[in-house]
Amino acid sequence: MQIFTWFADYVAYNLLHLEKGRHLTNAIHFFIEDTSKIFFLLLVIIFIITYIRSYLTPEKVRSILVKKGKNVYFAHLLADLVGIITPFCSCSAVPLFIGFVEAGVPLGVTFTYLIAAPTVNEVALVLLYGLFGWEIAGIYILSGEVIAFFGGIIIGALKLEKYIEGYVYENVSTEVDLEVEDVKITFKERVKESFNYTINLIKKIGIWVIIGIGMASGMHGWAPTGFLAQIAGPNNPFAVLVAVLVGIPLYSNAAGMIPVVSELIRLGVPIGTALAFMMSVTAVSLPETILLRQVIKPPLIAIFLGIVTLSIIFTGYLFNFLIP
Amino acid sequence: MTIKVLGTGCPNCKKLYDNTKKAIEMGQIPATIYKVEDVKEIMKYKVMTTPVLVVDEKVILKGKVPSPEDILKTLFNEMLNKNKG
Repeated sequence: MQIFTWFADYVAYNLLHLEKGRHLTNAIHFFIEDTSKIFFLLLVIIFIITYIRSYLTPEKVRSILVKKGKNVYFAHLLADLVGIITPFCSCSAVPLFIGFVEAGVPLGVTFTYLIAAPTVNEVALVLLYGLFGWEIAGIYILSGEVIAFFGGIIIGALKLEKYIEGYVYENVSTEVDLEVEDVKITFKERVKESFNYTINLIKKIGIWVIIGIGMASGMHGWAPTGFLAQIAGPNNPFAVLVAVLVGIPLYSNAAGMIPVVSELIRLGVPIGTALAFMMSVTAVSLPETILLRQVIKPPLIAIFLGIVTLSIIFTGYLFNFLIP
Repeated sequence: MTIKVLGTGCPNCKKLYDNTKKAIEMGQIPATIYKVEDVKEIMKYKVMTTPVLVVDEKVILKGKVPSPEDILKTLFNEMLNKNKG
């Protein structure tokens, strides 16, 4: 990622003729370096993920889960892995849920997928990788996967089928067609569609990323180090809890939060607290939860939210303990 | 021609509805367009991703929001296929 430092050096010192070493210069340099790096990564990684996705439709995922998922743990693992790359627009949660249940995918496995898909968010992944490197990005994926795996297993073990709205089971039949016909799209069309999707997504979140990096640049060098560390640092036992509770309602602005989170870490907020904050922003989506109410009754919604929230809080404390 | 846009009410679903409306106007296609938001109704079409475009009870595309121009092309193709059959 050295190339983005050189690029920022060039723009700041050669094009803009800024004086080296000043606060303002550092902030501008930081802004240029991070923005160029993150937009480059967003473009490349989202494109790759979208391209892989075009082969893995929800119908195919369902068919794999039903056919290969005889062993329960294996089925959870499959749902977990597939959740990393498959599409998840919160408005698809309900049709997807019904489609899975109809075909006989166990409730626990369905929930593993429902948790994994939004928890490991590709935009968050790009930002973490860009700002902190692969170790932190890896920890993020791993903890999301572990939460989804065990969350689904717990929900499966609790036998909560009674909390699903009755009409979901009305359609259950052996008629669900598991043979997925291959979509006839040429390589060129696939690339074109993936590219369009990537550009549209970046257009949508770009402004939040820029605002976020702008805020982080503003804090860069000015904000007193140690001040935040005092409030949200290792000495405050409630920091993780508060971070998660604050993060949950922030869902839609996930992309913009992360550069700020990165600056928080630079200022001394422990990695676990920051990670828990970020996961609560991306994983627990209120709009999705409201939509899910159409198919599941409040007790199951509460259990689902409870398991995810507690797991994220636990992850936060665990990483604060492991990486102080 | 009867066109339905299925979606639970997220921004993508609204956008597909708007783009389809534009496509119909652009191509001056004789069609009535409906928006279907009821989950039970949507599930009758056996889809797992929204939004969905349905033309004369046939699922044409799902999980995507193409531009009005691309939707128009798809609609013209549907009309051609129908005339052949």
